Amino acid sequence: MPIAIPLFRSDWEVNFNSIMALNIDQIRDLFPILHQEVHGKPLIYFDNAATTQKPLAVLGSLEKYYRLDNSNIHRGAHALADRATRYYEETREAVQEFVGAKESSEIIFTKGTTESINLVAKTFGRKFIGKGDEIIISTLEHHSNIVPWQMLCEETGAILKVIPINEVGEILFEEFEKLLSPKTKLVSIVHASNALGTINPVKKVVDAAHAVGAKVLLDGAQSTSHLEINVQELDCDFLAFSAHKLYGPTGLGILYGKREVLEAMPPFLGGGEMIKEVTFEKTTYNDIPFKFEAGTPNIADVIAFKSALDFIKSLGKPEIRAHEDGLLAYANELLTDIKGFIPVGTAADKVSVLSFNINGMHPFDVGQMLDAKGIAVRTGHHCTQPLMKRFGIEGTVRASFAVYNTKSEIEKMADGVAQIARFKNK
Amino acid sequence: MSSINEIQEEIVAEFEILGDDKESTIFFIMELGDNLENFPEEERKEENIIKGCQSKVWLVADDLDGKVHYQADSNTDITKGLISLLIRVLNDRKPEEILKADLNFIERIGMGSIIGSQRSNGLASMIKQMKLYAVAFQAKQNA
Repeated sequence: MPIAIPLFRSDWEVNFNSIMALNIDQIRDLFPILHQEVHGKPLIYFDNAATTQKPLAVLGSLEKYYRLDNSNIHRGAHALADRATRYYEETREAVQEFVGAKESSEIIFTKGTTESINLVAKTFGRKFIGKGDEIIISTLEHHSNIVPWQMLCEETGAILKVIPINEVGEILFEEFEKLLSPKTKLVSIVHASNALGTINPVKKVVDAAHAVGAKVLLDGAQSTSHLEINVQELDCDFLAFSAHKLYGPTGLGILYGKREVLEAMPPFLGGGEMIKEVTFEKTTYNDIPFKFEAGTPNIADVIAFKSALDFIKSLGKPEIRAHEDGLLAYANELLTDIKGFIPVGTAADKVSVLSFNINGMHPFDVGQMLDAKGIAVRTGHHCTQPLMKRFGIEGTVRASFAVYNTKSEIEKMADGVAQIARFKNK
Repeated sequence: MSSINEIQEEIVAEFEILGDDKESTIFFIMELGDNLENFPEEERKEENIIKGCQSKVWLVADDLDGKVHYQADSNTDITKGLISLLIRVLNDRKPEEILKADLNFIERIGMGSIIGSQRSNGLASMIKQMKLYAVAFQAKQNA
């Protein structure tokens, strides 16, 4: 059934509301990119932890913005600027609701999770973390939650401590508690591991860190698309995540921060928008969130991101997770019996990420052979080299599932993996 | 011994049989890796790793009676297959022959689209390193 790109907000709201239960065929119709062949085979997209595909509503929203609303936001004395500003701020409110923040001014738009974490390192870090202070991360971290802290430690003389993990890829909580001390100023930890899928017990982490007076940053790049998040219940001080892993546009990240923490932080970049008053002698800074949004922001993508959040809301996070968990369980069931299949990261609590190796084969080869079958997976170290080193491997093959994936796609992958594994495991 | 161009023609003909079937082509390339002679363990060291390859590739060369003899290995099967093709074309030839060689079979079999851009860059690095050995041996022979 051909789908027209809905141009106006009211049109696609109707579309989404018509999805009562998760009808995956109907959901797939909202993603034109899925309906193509690669190397003569139907595309099976299992690289969702790297980026998710975008529904028609997001594409329509991007086009509508440039077609009808394009204007620079805030302070424009004309209708277009007013409209663009309103839509931009509506997304901020939608993100506030999405993460359960107390107020929308606690939501800052950045370029991505990486920039969100760097913003905290370069502002909060430089002001509140000094020589001899300690920052705690975990073995599961993505490089973007390692390198900014190493840079800060080099600059300030602070010390980086790392929570070890067990064989299945879960943090050792008692070891974390041993690392905590009054010297701990920040715990920056991934909510769900991009390489293994492990979900960390973040509420317990936040409570333990707060007990010694440390702040907590959660890297939510992989968790926000699968898990229900409420920053007030979690009580985290920061949450960083990216729109493009949430069915939204690329080039847009979010930093949530508690008002009192954000207010105490110095600005990140200097320029327009972030100021209250500028004289050549002195500049006073704007209030949050604008203090952290110097220059013309990524207006179109921010506005289109609301459509992605509406899409997720229309389906329901618990429904999305139930579907994805079903896919993960099915994939595990089918792959476990394959001779030579080696799962990497088998934590009890996981998002829909399946990392594995094939005995005697390099993950890059396995990935390229799956690609020849039309199956898109990621291979390599997944920007988690210390984690790969912990497991004594160079990398893995990673299949990660989203709401539009199907059991039939999992079956095709399992058939493909079985055939590839036979190459070295006869 | 067949000429460089004769061997290139043979390879192009072998790949033509596989047609556009990417899966069979990749399996075929992986199996070609079995043709590599055993790589000497003592040469499996950092300085013999080719820079610019995503996967690890070890390459050494000897001057055998004025001809360049290559030995190579990799930690991935596809890369082993690729380097075995290069060795099949260039092995045991005089340095000047290797330096003059126009390795057109790579483009003619559409290797770029078979192996993708990351591995194509690696393949270019392998060719460069093989030619560098030829340059070195030529300089030694002329000295």
